[in-house]
Formats: sequence, C-alpha cells, structure tokens
Amino acid sequence: MKILVVEDDREAAAYLAKGLKEAGHVVDHAENGLDGYALAESGDYDILVVDRMLPKLDGLSLIRSLREQKVTTPVLILSALGQVDDRVKGLRAGGDDYLPKPYAFSELLARVEVLARRGAGAAQAEETSYKVGDLELDRLARRVTRAGEAIELQPREFRLLEYLMKNAGRVVTRTMLLEHVWDYHFDPQTNVIDVHVSRLRAKIDRGFDTALIQTVRGAGYRIRTGAE
Amino acid sequence: MTGLAKLLRTTAFKLSLFYLGVFALSIVLALGYVAWSAERILTRGMIQTIESEIADLEDVYRRGGLRRLGGAVNRRAQSPGASVYLFTTPLGERIAGNVASVTPGALDRPGERTIAYERVRDEERSADAPEAVVVHRALVRVFVLPGGFRLLVGRDMGERDRLVESIRGAFGWSFLVLVLLGFVGGWLVSKRVLGRIEAMTATTKTIMAGDLSGRLAVAGTGDELDRLAENLNAMLDRIGELMEGMRQVSDNIAHDLKSPLARLRARADEALRTAESPDALRAALERTIEESDDLIRVFNALLMIARLEAGNADAVLAPVDAAEIARGVGELYEAAAEEAGLRLELDVADALPLRGSRELLGQALANLLDNALKYAADVAPGAAVTLSARREDGHVVLGVADRGPGIPVADRERATERFVRLETARTRPGFGLGLSLVAAVARLHGGTLRLEDAEPGLRASLVLPAALSPPFPPGRG
Repeated sequence: MKILVVEDDREAAAYLAKGLKEAGHVVDHAENGLDGYALAESGDYDILVVDRMLPKLDGLSLIRSLREQKVTTPVLILSALGQVDDRVKGLRAGGDDYLPKPYAFSELLARVEVLARRGAGAAQAEETSYKVGDLELDRLARRVTRAGEAIELQPREFRLLEYLMKNAGRVVTRTMLLEHVWDYHFDPQTNVIDVHVSRLRAKIDRGFDTALIQTVRGAGYRIRTGAE
Repeated sequence: MTGLAKLLRTTAFKLSLFYLGVFALSIVLALGYVAWSAERILTRGMIQTIESEIADLEDVYRRGGLRRLGGAVNRRAQSPGASVYLFTTPLGERIAGNVASVTPGALDRPGERTIAYERVRDEERSADAPEAVVVHRALVRVFVLPGGFRLLVGRDMGERDRLVESIRGAFGWSFLVLVLLGFVGGWLVSKRVLGRIEAMTATTKTIMAGDLSGRLAVAGTGDELDRLAENLNAMLDRIGELMEGMRQVSDNIAHDLKSPLARLRARADEALRTAESPDALRAALERTIEESDDLIRVFNALLMIARLEAGNADAVLAPVDAAEIARGVGELYEAAAEEAGLRLELDVADALPLRGSRELLGQALANLLDNALKYAADVAPGAAVTLSARREDGHVVLGVADRGPGIPVADRERATERFVRLETARTRPGFGLGLSLVAAVARLHGGTLRLEDAEPGLRASLVLPAALSPPFPPGRG
C-alpha cells in the first residue's frame, strides 16, 4: 500500500514511517500542509495520514481542499485534541477516521489498513454476504452458517461478526470494535469488548477444528482468511 | 480629573440632567398654557362686561338720545369700579365720563382696541403734582354716534395685568427652584452612585492585584447596584472555587502522577542495569508501555474533565433519548457483568428525551458500571447491578446501583473530587477520576450526580433536566 504521512514532528514521522514500512507499505512524508496537499493531489496514494496541526496549511483545511478537488483518498486524522467535538470537526472536514495522540502503533496500523481497504472498495457496492472459510454471513437475510449449520446470533453479535468478516485478514482493535459496533469512542476500563468477542467466538468456533477468530496480542482481533 | 468634573461625567448626573431638561420643558408648557388661558378667560370676561354695558347704553340712547346718554354715562362713571367711560363731542371734548385723556387718535375710528388713558381723578391730582400722572391701560370699544359724537366704553386692564403678572412671577420662580432642585438632586444622586461605584472599583482593584478574598459591599437596598455587586461576588466565589480546584488538581497531579512517573523511570533504569536476557528487557519494556498507557489515560480523563468544566454545553448537546443510551450501554456491559460473577438488570423507561450528548452520557454510565463491577464483584458475588433510566418529577435519572461496599455518608461529597480515592478503593486499580468525570458530565447537562445508599451498596445517579417538549421530529423511531 502507498501511504502519505503529513506530520511536522520529524521524530514522530520517522517512527510512523518505520513502522508502516516494516508492515510492508510504501511511505512518503511531507512536513507541512502545503507540501502534503501537493503530494496528495498528484500522487496516487491508498491512504493519507494527516496531523491536525501543521505549518503553512492546517490539517483540516488540507482535507477540505482535497475534497473540493474531488480527491477521495481515505484520510486518517491524527490529533492531540481528542474530545468529542474535535472528532466531529475532523470528520466533518472530510476525514474518514480520527485517532487522538498519543496512540499505540498497532492501533494506527489497524486503522490504516482497514481504511485503505475501504477506500479501494468504495467504488464497488457493499457486498451483501461475506465468506471466510466455511463461515458464511448473509447480510440481507441476517443469517450466519458455518459448514452449512445455522448459528443463532444476537443482533449485536451479528454486527460484531459482520465487522470482523468485512475486514477479514486484518486486525481490528478493541476501540475500532467499540466505534463501529456500538458507536462509542471512549475507553472502557472493563474488558467489555473482550467478553463480547469471546461469546461470539464460543458460538462460531466451538466444536470446529479451526478457530476463525484470533486474538492478536497487544493489538486486537482478526478473523482468519481461508488461505491461512 | 477633579472630583467635580468626575461627578459631572457620571451617567447618573447626565441622566438627571436629561430628565431635568424634559421636566423643565413640560413645566414651561404646562405653566405657559395656564398663563395663556388665564389671560384669555380674563379678556373674554372683560369683553362680555363691555358688551353688556354697551347694550345698556344703546338702550338709553335709543330712548332718550344724546342728552340721556350723557346723563347715564356720567352716572355710571361716578360709581367705583374698573369700568371706563368717555362721551365726547365730534371734536373730542369730554361731555361725560371718567376718562380725562386717551391715547391720541384713539377716538378717531370705531372699534375695539387697547389704549392708554388718564382717569379724571388722576387729572385732578396731577394738577397738584404734574409729574405724578398715572397712565392706565384699558380695553375699550369706541362708537361714532350720529353727528360725530364719540362714545368710549371699556374696562381697566390693571387687574388683569396684575393677575397675569403674578402668574408669570410664579412661573419664573418655580422654574428657578425646579432647576436648582433638579441640579442639586442630580448631584446628590450621582455622588451617592459614584461613591458606591468608586468603592466597587477600589475593591475590584485589590482583587485584581491578587487578593481573591475581597468582596464587594452590598448595601442591602436590593437595587441594581446591589444586584450587580451580588452577581460579581457570586462570580468571585466561582473563580475562587475554580482556583482552589486548580490548586488542588495541581497538588494532586504532582502527587498522583509523579509517583507512577517515578516508578516508570525506576523500572526502565533497573531494566537497563540489570536485565540479562532480551526476554527480560522485552518484559520490562512491555510493563513500561502499560504504565505509560495508564498515565495517558489519566491525562485524557483530566483533560476531559477540564474541557467539560470549561466547556460550552450548547456545542455538544443535542436531542437524545436517554433510555436508548442506557439500553445500549447496558447491552455493552451485560456480558462483562456476567463474566465478573454479577447480574446486570435493566430498569429502563420507554423513551426519555433530553438535551444531551450520547457519547458523554454513554461514557458516564460506562464509568458507573466500571465502578460497580470493580467494587461489587467480590463483595457480593451473584448479586444484581441495576442500571435504571427513569423519569422522576421533571428529571431524567440515570442510575447504577450495586450491592458493593457503598460509600459512607461522610465521604460522599469528597468522592466526586478529582483524584480522591477513598480508603476502600486504595487497594484497587483506578485513578480516582471516574466519579469526577461523571459529575462533570452531569454538570455540563445542567444536572447533578447523586450518591445514595442502595442498602446495601451504592446508587450513583445522574439527575438531568428532561427535555421540555418532545425533541424528536415525528416519524423518528
């Protein structure tokens, strides 16, 4: 994947670029808003990672300008401001996701990969069903089967599984699950998400040889693709 | 600036000057009207008297001719009063009447006019002392009779003039007194107001200089200056509270953040010195990251509380359904509660519309549930934790009740303060910010956080103002 990082803090940018390269991505770096805008407009990036406070052109203005130029590359906003209204402002400016600083690199990587996939798939219509191995999820009939056997899921468990399968093969973090399945952005002290995932796992994987839902240590969860 | 100049520049003085002007103008108009109409009424009365005399004399003349007329005029002229008569030959020589001389030419034409004249008695007197001629004014009518004889009938204007004069005099005096009183009154009022404002200014100056304990004097009159002083005092109280809060927070930050930072540093230091295998280094680093994450969480919570307390509520509040939020958070925590060996029971009304932030209310409830799970799990295994959302006399009450150890009455107020971790909490993870955050969310919504005894256990409730009218447009589920 080709990623543009627009970040004025060199050390933070180097850390970010190193991590992303290690994960197998190609990374360009711009140190200010104007350079970032020029690169983003001309280059063919899969995703932009944009700091909110930048010299010359601030992050939100950069994103607004890109959107006006019909550049639809997904944008992940990084910001030291992490309050509810800051997030809303960022998304309203045309950002696709918002990550407050300081962040865990695993969190950023998971979000970047999910966003880039969404960007690539944005042109196509949303799929109506997902299939991972022998696990199938029909979004229209709201039905889940494994090896042809129907599995009863609560509405929330269904959405949890739907999100995991939509991003099959990619790591999704606990906060991503809380955001997309429950639409909350806070950080619960109790391991509420883990409990939900383990219940889902019990329904999906119990009695089968292969466990599909994997825990990725220090990051989150991943549903295994058939190839693995 | 001198004291007087300052006084004259006060709003109070300018205002009283303005009202004085308005008042003076209306007095001028009112008294002017009185004087004018008095003069008119008096003049009309004189004309009526003159006309009735003329009617009488006309009657005499019609019956007895000039001779009888002369007699009647003489008779009337003898009687005392303000009436003026003169009957002359065509050449202007007096035949009868009480007028000795008139303004030259006054008798030439018939008609009504004002003239100057001398009385007959005056003429006699002035013969002795020619310089003491008294000239009177009269309103008269002149007739030219057949043969050129003239008849003048009129009324002396002395009485009327004196009355009008006295009205004008009163007018002048009262005007003078009024202006003087107004000026003095305005001056006194301004001086009083200025005095109080000066006192306020002096107090605020000392407060600005750093003495936050100063308060403005309240005179107890309940007037607008008192209200201003009361409000400023309330504001100062609030500022004082905030400053005190800040001081406490910085003390607590120094205390509660320094120790984990010190631990963090010590661990990294120790790992660097003593770790012998890459695995040991890795473990130390992992612990370091965990502790950093905890510190970040504390900072986030602190920042959030600060933002909520300083924040503009309108920016984040929108019509929401508290019942829906409670159900959502309940659903999120149900499994975790079971995992902790507790039972989460929901007691939620159908719809609870209010102006709020879904995210913040959700987080507040999550904090309360985090606490309930944390404290009740080992004290009362298997017991119920109740998440309720109800309407209670005009309020929406979102509460979490557990069967845990509860909070003693004496500690309840302190429990919501930042970094306060009560004795019972010392041994558990946490930073003492959970309830402060919930309280801040409640305040942002114009409500309060209520801590009660759930007998046994703790019931923590957000008491929030309900929406006055249904906030949902029709057609929304």
